[in-house]
Amino acid sequence: MDELLLPFQYDYMNKAIFAATFIGAVCAMLSSYLMLKGWSLIGDALSHSIVPGVAAAYMIGAPYVFGAFFSGLLASASMGFIKAKTKLREDAIIGLIFTSFFALGLFMVSLSPTSVNVKNIVLGNILGVSDEDIFQMVLIAGISFFILIFTWKDLMVTFFDESHAKTIGINTKFLTILFFTLLSACTIAALQTVGALLVIGLIVTPGATAYLLCDRFGQLMIVSTLIGSITCFFGAYISFFLDGATGGIIILLQTIVFIIAFIFAPKYGLVAAKRKIKQASELLRKTREGAV
Amino acid sequence: MAKFIYNPSLEVNDITVTYNNGHTAIYDASFSLSAGTICALVGVNGSGKSTLFKSIMGFVKPVKGSVTLSGMPVLTALKQNIVSYVPQAEDVDWNFPVLVEDVVMMGRFGHMNFMRIPKKKDKLAVRDALEKVGMTEYSRRQIGELSGGQKKRVFLARSIAQEGQIILLDEPFTGVDVQTELAIMKLLKQMRDEGRLMLVATHNLGSIPDFCDHTVMLNRTILDAGKTADVFTPENLEKTFGGVLRHFTLGGDELHDDDDTRSVRVITDDERPLVLYGNKTQKSAAAKKSSTANKPDADAKITTSKAEAK
Amino acid sequence: MAELFEYLTEPMQYAFMQRALLMAILVGLVCAVFSCFLVLKGWSLMGDAVSHAVLPGIVIAYILAIPLSIGAFIGGLFCAVATGYVKDNSRLKEDAIMGIIFSGMFALGLVIYLKVQPEIHLDHILFGNILGVQAADLWETGIICAATLGLIVVRRHDLLLYCFDQAYARAIGLPVKLIHYALLVALSLTIVASLKAVGVILVIAMLIAPGAIAYLLTNRFSHMLLISSVVAVGSSVAGVFVSFYLDADTGATIILIQTFIFILAFLFAPTSGILRKKIVSQNS
Repeated sequence: MDELLLPFQYDYMNKAIFAATFIGAVCAMLSSYLMLKGWSLIGDALSHSIVPGVAAAYMIGAPYVFGAFFSGLLASASMGFIKAKTKLREDAIIGLIFTSFFALGLFMVSLSPTSVNVKNIVLGNILGVSDEDIFQMVLIAGISFFILIFTWKDLMVTFFDESHAKTIGINTKFLTILFFTLLSACTIAALQTVGALLVIGLIVTPGATAYLLCDRFGQLMIVSTLIGSITCFFGAYISFFLDGATGGIIILLQTIVFIIAFIFAPKYGLVAAKRKIKQASELLRKTREGAV
Repeated sequence: MAKFIYNPSLEVNDITVTYNNGHTAIYDASFSLSAGTICALVGVNGSGKSTLFKSIMGFVKPVKGSVTLSGMPVLTALKQNIVSYVPQAEDVDWNFPVLVEDVVMMGRFGHMNFMRIPKKKDKLAVRDALEKVGMTEYSRRQIGELSGGQKKRVFLARSIAQEGQIILLDEPFTGVDVQTELAIMKLLKQMRDEGRLMLVATHNLGSIPDFCDHTVMLNRTILDAGKTADVFTPENLEKTFGGVLRHFTLGGDELHDDDDTRSVRVITDDERPLVLYGNKTQKSAAAKKSSTANKPDADAKITTSKAEAK
Repeated sequence: MAELFEYLTEPMQYAFMQRALLMAILVGLVCAVFSCFLVLKGWSLMGDAVSHAVLPGIVIAYILAIPLSIGAFIGGLFCAVATGYVKDNSRLKEDAIMGIIFSGMFALGLVIYLKVQPEIHLDHILFGNILGVQAADLWETGIICAATLGLIVVRRHDLLLYCFDQAYARAIGLPVKLIHYALLVALSLTIVASLKAVGVILVIAMLIAPGAIAYLLTNRFSHMLLISSVVAVGSSVAGVFVSFYLDADTGATIILIQTFIFILAFLFAPTSGILRKKIVSQNS
C-alpha cells in the first residue's frame, strides 16, 4: 500500500501529476470540437509545427511558450494562405507545412546540437520539466479552461451551423480564431506532457471515445473531459514506476479506453451494431411472414 | 477485344441490403429490364437509390437475393466490361490533372492490354465518342474548365467509348441547362436504339415520360416497376414520395366559369415550379393549405401582388 | 569551374557519402512517384499515420529477433487496415480514427522501447541516419524501391483511374479492393524503405511535397509524375551536398530544399502561381 502511494511523496511527482491531469482535461474539451469538425490532423500539424519555435526559444534562452506560439501562428497562417491560393487538397497542405516546419526545427538543432534536447521536445518529459515550465503550462491550461467554460455553447453553435450563429449575433470569426488560439496554446502545453508526436492522441482520442458514448454535445464534453483527465492522472502516476515514458503511457491508456468503447458502446459499439443487424433481419422476416 | 453482348439485361432478384451499422437500406427489391431500354429510377432522398446502384455494381453485397447482369453474376459481368457508370457531378474531383481526352480514354481501359497502352483503335473510339457528344474541340481542356453540361457530356462519351451495354447514370441532369438536357436525352435515345440498357436515377420527374420507356419506383423497396405509361401515375407518385411532392391542381371552377371539369395537375419533386395560368400565379396544394389557415406565406404574397397588379 | 568541380567531388571521396547520395536518390524517386497518387487521392495523411505506426513493429521485431523491416512493414500495414475497419464500423470521421490509431500505436512502441531498451537508436528511427547507411541497407532499400516503382509505373493508368473515379473503375471490372490494398502495401513498403534515410517524420514530407509541387505546375498526370521525380531527385542530391558543407542534418536539409521549391512553384507556377497571376492582371 505504501508503495502505491510512494509517487505522491515526491514534490515533483505531485506537480507533474497535477499538471498532466489539468492539461489532459482541457485538451479533451477541445477534442470534442476537433473530431466533430474533421480537424483532428490540424492538431497534429500544430504540434509538429511548434518544434522550430521551441528549439529557437531554448537556443536564445527565451520562454519556450513565446517561440512555440510564434511558429504555431506562422504555420497556421501559411496553411490558410496556401489553401486560399491553390487548388491543393487541405490534407496535402497540412502535411506539407507541418513537415517543413519540423524539418526546419531539426535543421536548426543539427546546426547547434548542444543547446536543445530534441528528444524532450518530440517525446515529452513531464517528470523532468522545470518548475518554471510547469507554471507556464498550468497557466495556459487554466486560462484556456476558463475561456472554454464561458464560450463552449457559442463555439458549439458556431461549429454546428455557422450561418445560424451569425444571424443570432455571434461573432463567428472571432470565435474561430479564439478556438485555434486555444488549440495552439493547449498544444504547446501538451507538448511538454506527451511530446510533439503524441499530442494528436490527447486532442483526438478522448473526444472520439465520448462521441461513441453520447448523443448530446454537453454530455459528450463532460465524458471526454473525464476520460482525458483520468487517463492523464493515471498515466503520470504509472510512469513513476516505469521510469518515464509518461506520454506513451497516457496515450496508451486513452487508446485502450477507446477500444473498449468501440467494441462495447451501448448504442454505437461493434456489439450493438451486430445486434442491430440481427434484429433488423428478424423484423424483416416477421413482416414478410405477416404479409404472407 | 471488344465483346459485344447484343442482349444486355438487368435482373434484380429479391435483394435486401443491410449495412454494417444495422441500417437496412432496401429490402425485397425485384425488377428486371431488357435490351433497348431507358429506365428511370425514382424515389426520395434516402429511398435507397444509391444503394441499389451500389449493389448493381457490386460495391455492397445483398444479405439476401442476387443481381444478374446479362445472365451473369455481378462480378463476372463487370469483368466482361459491359457495365458503365456516369457519376454524379459532386462525386468527381474537378481539379484532377486529367484532360477531357484522358477521361474518355479511361473508357477504353477494359479493351486494352495489361499496360493500358492505347492502340489506334482506342484513339479512334475516343475521337468518335467525343464527336458524338459534340466535345471534339474541347478534348485538350482540363476537365475542371468545362461547364456543367459539358462535364456531363464528357462522362457520357466515356461510356460510349467503352461500348458499355448496361449504363448507370446518377442524376445526369443536375446543373445542366435545358439545351444540354435535350441533347443528352437525344443521345440516350440513340444509345437505346442501338440496343443498350440504361438505368437513370433522376429527380427530374417532368422529363421522365419524354425519354424513359420504363420506370422503377423505389422507397426502400420496389413500389412498382414497368412501362412508364403504366407505372408513372399520380397514384404511384404519391405512394413513392409520400407527402414530399408538391401538387398543383389547376382547373374546374377555380379558374374558369364553364362546365369543363378537367384539370391540369402539376407534380414536382425538389424544386417548386412557377405555374402560371392566364396571368395568375398558381399556389401549390401545400401553400393553399397554409394560406387558408391565414398564415403569411411567400407564395400567397406573390399571388396577391400579382392580383393587385392586374 | 575547377572549384565547383572540387566542391562536388570532395564529399564523394568518402564511401559513406556515396552511399548516402545513392540512398537519398532512391528514396527520393520512389517517394516522389508515390506522392502524386497520395496528393490526388487525398491520402497525404495516411502517410503520416502509417509512418508513425511502424515504431511498435520495429520494436517488437527487435524483441522477436526478426528483420526490423518486416516488423515495420507489418506495423504500418496494420495501422492502415485498422483505420479502414474502424471507419466501416463506427460513426467517427476518418481523420480522427487515423489520429487515434497511429498515436496509440506509436505510444505502444514508445513504451515498449523504453522498457526493453534495444540497441537501435530511437533517434535513428525518428529522424533517420542516412550517413550511417550500410551496403546491405542500400540493397534492401533498392529492392523495395524497384519493386514499388515497377508496380506503380506498370499499373499507373489503373491506379490513376482508381484515384479519379472509383465507382467507374469498379464498373469496368477493375479489382478495386485489390488496388486499394496494393496501394497500402506499397505505401508501407515505401515508408519502410525510406526510414533509414529520413526517419518516420520526414518521410511524410517526401511523400507529399514532390507531388504537391508537380500538381501546381501541370494539369496532366504523366507530366506530374515526371516533374515530381525530377524535383525529388534534384533536392536529394542538393540536400546531400548542402548538408555536408553546412554540417546539418541531411534529411532535414532535403526537406527544406523541397519546401523551397514548393514556395517557388507556389509563387511562379505558369497558371496558378500567385505572382504570375498578379503580373498577368497588371499587364491586361
